[in-house]
Amino acid sequence: MFLINCPFCGERDQSEFSSGGEAHIVRPKQPTELSDDEWAEYLFMRKNIKGIQFERWNHAHGCRKWFNAVRDTSNDKILSVYKMGEKPPLNYK
Amino acid sequence: MPNYRINKTEYIDETKRVSFKYDGKTYFGYEGDTLASALLANGIHLVGRSFKYHRPRGIVSCGAEEPNAICQIGSKKDLTEPNVRATELELYEGLEASSQNCWPNVKFDIGGINNFISPLIPAGFYYKTFMWPKSFWKKVYEPLIRLSAGLGKSPTEPDPDIYDHKYVHYDVLVIGGGVSGIIAAKMAAKNNLKTLLVDDKKILGGSTIYQNNESIKIDDKLSSEWLKNEIQEIKKLSNLTIKTRTSIAAYHGYNFLLAKENLTDHLPEEKKKNKIRQRLWKIRAKKVVIATGSIERPLVFNNNDRPGILLSNSINKYLDYYGVTCGENIILFTNNDSAYETSISLHKKGIKNIIVDLRKSASSELIKQAESLGIKIYFNHVVTNTFGYRKINSLEIMKLSEDGNTTVGNKIRLSCDCLGMSGGWTPMVHMHTQSGGKLDFRDEDQVFLPKENSEDQISVGSCNGDFDLENIIDKTVNKINKFLDIDNQDYQDTNIICSKENDKRNIWLLPNKIPLGKTKCFIDFQNDSTAKDIKLALKEGFRSIEHVKRYTTTGMATDQGKLSNMHALGIIADTAGVKMGTLGTTTFRPPFTPLTFGTLVGRNVGKFFEVVRKTSMHEWHVENNAEFENVGQWKRPWYYPKNGENMHDAVQRESKAARDSAGILDASTLGKIDIQGTDASEFLNRVYTNAWSKLAIGKCRYGLMLNEDGMVYDDGVTTRISENHYLMTTTTGGAANVLSKLEDYLQTEWPELDVYLTSVTDHYSTASICGPNSKKILNKLFPNLDLSDENFPHMSFKEDKLKNINCRIMRISFTGELSYEINIESKYGHSLWKMCIEAGKEFNLTPYGTETMHLLRAEKGFIIVGQDTDGTMTPSDLQMDWIVSKKKYDFIGKRSLYRSDTIREDRKQLVGLLTDDPKEILEEGAQIVSDVKSKPIDMLGHVTSSYFSPNLNKSIALAVVRSGKTMKGQKLIIPMENKNINVTVSDTIFLDKENKRLNA
Repeated sequence: MFLINCPFCGERDQSEFSSGGEAHIVRPKQPTELSDDEWAEYLFMRKNIKGIQFERWNHAHGCRKWFNAVRDTSNDKILSVYKMGEKPPLNYK
Repeated sequence: MPNYRINKTEYIDETKRVSFKYDGKTYFGYEGDTLASALLANGIHLVGRSFKYHRPRGIVSCGAEEPNAICQIGSKKDLTEPNVRATELELYEGLEASSQNCWPNVKFDIGGINNFISPLIPAGFYYKTFMWPKSFWKKVYEPLIRLSAGLGKSPTEPDPDIYDHKYVHYDVLVIGGGVSGIIAAKMAAKNNLKTLLVDDKKILGGSTIYQNNESIKIDDKLSSEWLKNEIQEIKKLSNLTIKTRTSIAAYHGYNFLLAKENLTDHLPEEKKKNKIRQRLWKIRAKKVVIATGSIERPLVFNNNDRPGILLSNSINKYLDYYGVTCGENIILFTNNDSAYETSISLHKKGIKNIIVDLRKSASSELIKQAESLGIKIYFNHVVTNTFGYRKINSLEIMKLSEDGNTTVGNKIRLSCDCLGMSGGWTPMVHMHTQSGGKLDFRDEDQVFLPKENSEDQISVGSCNGDFDLENIIDKTVNKINKFLDIDNQDYQDTNIICSKENDKRNIWLLPNKIPLGKTKCFIDFQNDSTAKDIKLALKEGFRSIEHVKRYTTTGMATDQGKLSNMHALGIIADTAGVKMGTLGTTTFRPPFTPLTFGTLVGRNVGKFFEVVRKTSMHEWHVENNAEFENVGQWKRPWYYPKNGENMHDAVQRESKAARDSAGILDASTLGKIDIQGTDASEFLNRVYTNAWSKLAIGKCRYGLMLNEDGMVYDDGVTTRISENHYLMTTTTGGAANVLSKLEDYLQTEWPELDVYLTSVTDHYSTASICGPNSKKILNKLFPNLDLSDENFPHMSFKEDKLKNINCRIMRISFTGELSYEINIESKYGHSLWKMCIEAGKEFNLTPYGTETMHLLRAEKGFIIVGQDTDGTMTPSDLQMDWIVSKKKYDFIGKRSLYRSDTIREDRKQLVGLLTDDPKEILEEGAQIVSDVKSKPIDMLGHVTSSYFSPNLNKSIALAVVRSGKTMKGQKLIIPMENKNINVTVSDTIFLDKENKRLNA
């Protein structure tokens, strides 16, 4: 079970959080302008990487805030957390 | 009765005699015994029958790895426990144990016939045999297999014992209280680190604690004496917690570990009462030291499974720790030095023994010592067969060829009453691999070792492949200093003398003149798989170790292959001609040893199983005989049976009353979200399909919420309380998810919106009064409120006081009747309800539950999200196109409503169904077809809601049907098990299409 460092509350047990999948997928500003394929790309396509992955977490049973985390999915180490709207750390690719 | 207790030790208290029953017969042991040591002291080796061939089996080991000595404890229906390892179970007064997997008894077992037909039941027997004829599977094969499957008996009544969970946090956790674990714990604790040391045994000390060989000394003392002193020292350390009888079950990521502590299993019945039996420790440790030691390997030769054949080191422990000898004429069969310690110890106690050693020769302190004592050693020899049915009585040995691939010369027959085997040692890398660590293979002594240690986890001692004491202590001290970044000097001058093993020879499957097919060389004792089975699997094309394991079931018994996995791997590697290191291992999964369900569940049983939410009116419902329905965590009144009514009759009565006069529903469980902020209207515009900007203050509107994929997600009525303040209601089950989804959009997609969401579900209680007389009842409750249609029309909201308490009243309807929902702060909910009931008496105001609510809304064709929808229904599929705004540029899910798939004409669509026989009520979930004769039958859809309407006096149903929108008036068929029901597709609204009743 992970220990997750909520950027608002500090280190907490994973059971307090819910995962929100891949991060930095921005909802298109003008969905009506998109073709079916472009909309499907936003709606369904996710990377599911083995290695460094940027993902969303919600401190659901805590401050209820959403934030982003950088996790190495091969060993589950969370390398960094940052607030929504902040730029992802540059040292991970 | 024979007495094999020949040695006095400090661990057995011979002043405290303990009586116990085994297979119905009474025996005696002493305090300090395990069930296994007490049985051996009574000369009992035979403790069970093997799983497949029902061969007699004896105690093999003295610990967690035991494959054979598993027994059923107790006989009470609620307290019996199967598959308990006799080698771990501490003896207590009144213990009742019995052997498993044998009938009528362990000495004469009918299933023993399987041993003689064993050539007919090879690996994969079940897969191969029970294939034909196909029809036999269900009626003949499966019941027969089930009869013979399984070990032991489960309790049939609820467990009366108490279990507990506890969370703890430590700087350092040390797993294993042997010599390396003790050193690690001492170093950590003395350096001011909060440390926890756990060990599964009753006392600390591992295998060193009973070590008494003169050639192994620390600081001029016997190693056991030195260690006892260390244990005394660490017990004084204030920041070290020691938990014995505690075993780590699982090692999860981020150093989160589960440990099981046994608190009462060693106590007599009367002392167990009202105490916690087992506690599950949930441990977070900054650093973890794994010092789990190693276990001895058996050797694989013909008939290596007879009672009386044990692991060599276990014979040593039974002798020097429990004071019990496993025989009087013992042969030790080994490929390494450790059996010599056993031999010397036996010799000192006057037990005759000889050694058969695979190695061509060997030289070390221990071997010299054995030779000087005159112990007979057969070097370069191998055991080729053993004899004796219920217990070994003799064996044959032969000389090994130069390359070790075959035997040469003549057989030598040796008599014995016990055989100790030692195939070397397997480091217990379970914890390391469970935590995600990788393994390396060391060819020299054929062991898997932790590949690398991470910054927060390390393996020390023999689980790291360090076997002699000098190596163990030196390396442990160095590694712990580095690992904890400390400079402990306690062991700087410790002087260790020990015997060094110089010679090694490993042969996984020992050679034999008899063809393999005619031998019984067991690898997995508990699941009865042999070397022959492994080779057969390879011959049949299995290559991956994971496949061979499953095909032969090697390592899949309750002992999880602690003794067998290495030999299986070795034989596969040898046969396939590959290096063992490249083969990999099977996965080491938690738990390390079986856990009781009680431990896992802890206190969360009975009424603590799940959180229960009750409305503030709950007590009234209970007093008025409501039957309850679980909706999520909520308890909702389902119906209120009167005078012995069944559910159908109660629902018919309630439904009729609600339409004829008045009904009242506890609607408190509906989700309520308070929405405030200057952008609240814009926010609602984006999350609902319809337009919200023009909703006037004091008005209510029904909204449908979609997922981004265009599918209906939730629905409910939202009220505009003031300019920037709305109250949203959601479905009961969807409340939490809706809030979290809305928060997600607010925080991540639209952070620019000034909107604040607060869940107020629990803050307000809601009484919903409907029916033609509801206005009169409202008038009695709120005499000053103008209830005229002009002042208070349908879909509007008023505030008024009930005895000085503020109420929010919405005129909204889920039943199609004139209807009011009164919201009040929850602490007044119960009073509000009682006042409503009182005011409604003269109008036969009838409380109704969820079932009647469902029926009433179905008459009106109102959907229930989650019942008539299943995450694949668009608004259009529900014939609710009217609620989707054409003007709005965007809302959640809008773009998906014209994807190629969502605009298909032949999607499943919501329709009404009327049965040709108006008395016939359809089953919800029933399939719908148009032609029962076609094969395969074409499924068109299914029934989602179905009721008998007392108001229409006929059966009505809602269903989703392919292209349903175009099918009105068409005949369809619902095929049931014993009949076909004819139905006609109808409109979804069955009652009052003109909505006249809303303003009645």
